[in-house]
Amino acid sequence: MSIRLEHVDYIYEDNSNQKNYALKDVNLEINPGEFIGIAGHTGSGKSTLIQHFNGLMQPTNGNVYFDGKNIYENDFDLRGLRGKVGICFQYPEHQLFEVTILDDVCFGPMNFGKTREEAEIIAKKALLDVGMSEEMLQKSPFELSGGQKRRVAIAGILAMEPEYFILDEPTAGLDPVGRGQILNLLKRLHETKKMTIIFVSHSMEDVASYVQRMIVMNHGEVLFDGDKREVFSHQKELEEVGLSVPFYRYLAEDLNQRGFTVSKDILTMEEAKEAILKVLRKKR
Amino acid sequence: MSILQVKNLVHKYITVGDSEEDKQEVTAIDDIDISVEKGEFIAILGKNGSGKSSLAKHINGLLMPTEGAVYVKGMDTRDKRNLLNIRQNAGIVFQNPDNQIVGTIVEEDVAFGPENMGMPVEDIWDRVTSALEGVGMTAYKEASPNHLSGGQKQRIAIAGIMAMEPECIILDEPTAMLDPKGRRHVLSLVKALNREKKITMLMVTHHMEEVLLADRIIVMDHGRIAMDGTPKEVFSKVDEMKQLGLEVPYAAELAWQLRQEGVPLSETITTREELVEELCQFV
Amino acid sequence: MLKDITIGQYYKTDSMIHRLDPRVKLFGTLVYVVTLFLHKSPVSYVMSLLFLIAVIGISKVPVKFIVRGLKAVAVILVFSVGINIFFIPGEPLVKIGVLRISRAGIKTAVYLGSRLIMLVLGTSLLTFTTTPNELTDGLDKSLGFFNKIKIPVHEIAMMMSIALRFIPILTEELDKIMKAQTARGIDFESGGLLKRMKSMVPIIVPLFVAAVRRANDLALAMESRCYHGGQGRTKMKPLIYETRDFIAYLILLVFLAAMIYLGFFSPWR
Repeated sequence: MSIRLEHVDYIYEDNSNQKNYALKDVNLEINPGEFIGIAGHTGSGKSTLIQHFNGLMQPTNGNVYFDGKNIYENDFDLRGLRGKVGICFQYPEHQLFEVTILDDVCFGPMNFGKTREEAEIIAKKALLDVGMSEEMLQKSPFELSGGQKRRVAIAGILAMEPEYFILDEPTAGLDPVGRGQILNLLKRLHETKKMTIIFVSHSMEDVASYVQRMIVMNHGEVLFDGDKREVFSHQKELEEVGLSVPFYRYLAEDLNQRGFTVSKDILTMEEAKEAILKVLRKKR
Repeated sequence: MSILQVKNLVHKYITVGDSEEDKQEVTAIDDIDISVEKGEFIAILGKNGSGKSSLAKHINGLLMPTEGAVYVKGMDTRDKRNLLNIRQNAGIVFQNPDNQIVGTIVEEDVAFGPENMGMPVEDIWDRVTSALEGVGMTAYKEASPNHLSGGQKQRIAIAGIMAMEPECIILDEPTAMLDPKGRRHVLSLVKALNREKKITMLMVTHHMEEVLLADRIIVMDHGRIAMDGTPKEVFSKVDEMKQLGLEVPYAAELAWQLRQEGVPLSETITTREELVEELCQFV
Repeated sequence: MLKDITIGQYYKTDSMIHRLDPRVKLFGTLVYVVTLFLHKSPVSYVMSLLFLIAVIGISKVPVKFIVRGLKAVAVILVFSVGINIFFIPGEPLVKIGVLRISRAGIKTAVYLGSRLIMLVLGTSLLTFTTTPNELTDGLDKSLGFFNKIKIPVHEIAMMMSIALRFIPILTEELDKIMKAQTARGIDFESGGLLKRMKSMVPIIVPLFVAAVRRANDLALAMESRCYHGGQGRTKMKPLIYETRDFIAYLILLVFLAAMIYLGFFSPWR
């Protein structure tokens, strides 16, 4: 059981007919139950990569396997795959179209064969899961604020009950409250529903606080893939490709340089707080 | 004299629903007073829907006060005859760079403002050249905006405003749609224009780390001003900020957490350097 | 497929055609289109083709890029050629079931097909070699006399130029919307015509909403940059005729005269 990419290249031609690699020899395996963060600067191939997970983009070379089956074999149910691997794109405006929020969230499950009644039950649950209230369900999705639209869009994919849930920059442009709501929702889905979560983010602090495994893309290639602690230990390489490590790791480094000895492997605020308190208590 | 003056500003608008009963009066801005001195760099913080964008649009005369008044260099925005002069003196940069670029060639877009002002041909060229130079985009003057990155497009949008030689620029979440690299470029540009060309900056944002660039922060909540002060003043009130649904910079947050545990750190910590400095005094 | 729509795009090269005054190019396109409809004999078709090839050659726009624009109109092309082949009456050459192909049908279809292809290639060359801003200025200036009868030429020209700028942005947006809805399991392939048309709603609505939102944002941005219509507006690149423009006009007039001669008076009519 997994999504597996083998030697995947994605090549496109630009206006001057020059060949460009959006993905170059990508080998990856996504296993059920993982919580993965994907990082990389704009144009590093992150978006192209996630669209290979459910067959929205077809590799120029190489193969994509879902549960061991090549998704581009003739008898493979590609549309069915999209129900199992849900992708929520960055701009909710690109998917909201129905008259009411409830109708909109029903769209996905009904496309995958649910009756209206079944879809409504699932949709309501998904909407409550993302923190929308019962009285909002009959409102138009176009009346919502940016953060609410984002949550309805996420509910729209959630209602498809995917096994793998992929989100492209789900927190971009949101205020702190909205950001926290969405990240905590992902955490809850991962913990209680054992859903596989993959999200693309520019915020190293968010990635560090939530994921287990981290994939770093650069110029269409996988630069790092592994446990977040291991990946963030490559501070220099990450900085060279225009990324950074979490604030707290920089802080730990500065403290160590000044003789305040804490573990260098600090990634989150909680870890930083504990480590600093431990040192201070010892001194007293 | 202050370059910008907002006096008892109130802005209300009516939302229309399906029926008469759905009609609602919403108060976006609720009795605000602000006065901005020339050369200041002010960050306006607030949650989505706190009225910060509406405030920005009032200064440029894109929205009209329901009550109260806004003055730009002493000119009342309610007087239609002032509008062109006001807009030239207080330019506005919006969130989505794609939706504010008019021209299909970079230099033609930058020229749009001066053309509207009816300037002579040679002056337009001078201004476009120096505006593009100012934002570091001279190399792209003949490029199509569609082929630029988000950060580059936003710099072109800023150049388009700079070409009108305003005394004040309002930036309405200019980095919300950019990646970290684009954000860094735009922010350092805004900072440089403020320091070197003495342009008054009013930047609406909800990125705490960006706010540290400003000399003064105005925090908005439900259409009112909740706080107004230097970054240090504002970020020392961590409890208050949390109640308003806002974050504080990472260093301030961690310092606050440590203070809760009894570590005697000062309240004015906002940067990593300051936090490290104080912590190291304990060892 | 969307990236095949090259119509309305500008292709930057440093060529004589690019440097010509947009008014000349507008006039040239007009002349070219009019003469296409004067054609009656293979000779004039060849003349038009040679003219087109010459202009493409001077413009330095890659042929591959120009031809790509044809893909977008391929459906219309095949459809209209097909109709002509099968439905022009005459002595049948081939019979396939109820369908008959006549000599007259083939002749009309070939003429129509080549006329359509030359029309698309010729007119798209205008936008490849002229920036939308230049086009707008050209229209604005050469149609200025319409202002006297209260037709807002400047506003129309401005609208056109903005439409051209937003075509690539909106096609990209359409692509993203289609992907977002495909990810939600939208089914374009199965079902009858009605069901398929219904499956377009989730694409059209977000696209329409996006276009309106962009229009609204752009209007605010233009207004905030002191835009107040064409009155009192100056130009960064005012249109001034140069010697090459007069030469181009002369060539165009000669071409027009030759085509009129070929169309009405020549022995190969």
